[in-house]
Amino acid sequence: MTPWRSAVVRDAVRETASASTLVFDIEDWPGHRAGQHVDVRLTAEDGYQAQRSYSLSSAPEQERPAITVERLDDGEVSPYLVDEVRAGDFVDVRGPVGGWFVWHARDGGPLFLVAGGSGLAPLMAMLRHRSLAGSDAEATLLLSARSPDDVLFARELEALDGARVERTFTRSAPEGWTGYARRVDREMLAEVAPAPGARVYICGPTGFVEGVAGDLVALGHDPSRIRTERFGATGG
Amino acid sequence: MATTEEMRLDGNAVAGLLGEVFAAEMTAAVVRCAHCGTAGAVATAQVYAHGPGVVLRCPGCTGVVMRFARVRGRMLADLHGVGMLSAP
Repeated sequence: MTPWRSAVVRDAVRETASASTLVFDIEDWPGHRAGQHVDVRLTAEDGYQAQRSYSLSSAPEQERPAITVERLDDGEVSPYLVDEVRAGDFVDVRGPVGGWFVWHARDGGPLFLVAGGSGLAPLMAMLRHRSLAGSDAEATLLLSARSPDDVLFARELEALDGARVERTFTRSAPEGWTGYARRVDREMLAEVAPAPGARVYICGPTGFVEGVAGDLVALGHDPSRIRTERFGATGG
Repeated sequence: MATTEEMRLDGNAVAGLLGEVFAAEMTAAVVRCAHCGTAGAVATAQVYAHGPGVVLRCPGCTGVVMRFARVRGRMLADLHGVGMLSAP
């Protein structure tokens, strides 16, 4: 199943100092579900290949699939995708893959999405899908970022119809900021999270995801309603 | 330098690889650990993918459930830790 396809980069959009969105034209793209990802494979001139998995940040309703990639400074693939790729370049893509960390509007809500840094990418696909599908599912996003400059899709998050967005800044908050300025903890989750029974999706670095999931279970959320996706150590 | 535990992923990260081996979407399949009997979505397995092969461990007992390696163009799959696999 799911063959490798050649994808043409239609657009490369800088999101933050360390992240870019790549919009693809992919022949015979079968469509995707919010939360799915693709494997991206690069081949060097000498034949050496490197492959990584990236979440689709675009909604299924959008015309072209897009991934949002955060640069890991000692990474092999992400610096190229974030800084070097230009419109018209080709990469090999396999996907969409994954069928567990997905949400469809017909699944309903309430929805509680918790993002650590660029873990926002698949959750953004869910929020975009929610809007474009006309879903009225109650949705809350808790976003942890180092600073306001590190927030992906910042302008779009301001304008999400009907979804509540809570932010916490772990390194530097804006002047006069009265919101959260610490790592996500149980007290913050108790204040922000909808009541147990909500569908929970958590994506971020491994330690972040496991901390948040553990705290939500301690607050009475059923582990079977919590879906997690870890992307490993940031900077690793 | 990140530690091995910080490098740990989960079954979502190997959806493409599992699709290649099983010719189906497997992250939503339920796997029962042959060591301890814990059953859960393949997506919840602990995944170590930064070495030469890929290892999936049980989130309950950390026993090895599946191992995959590509050797001289062939995909090797060791599934001795799988008690039962139930795919949608």
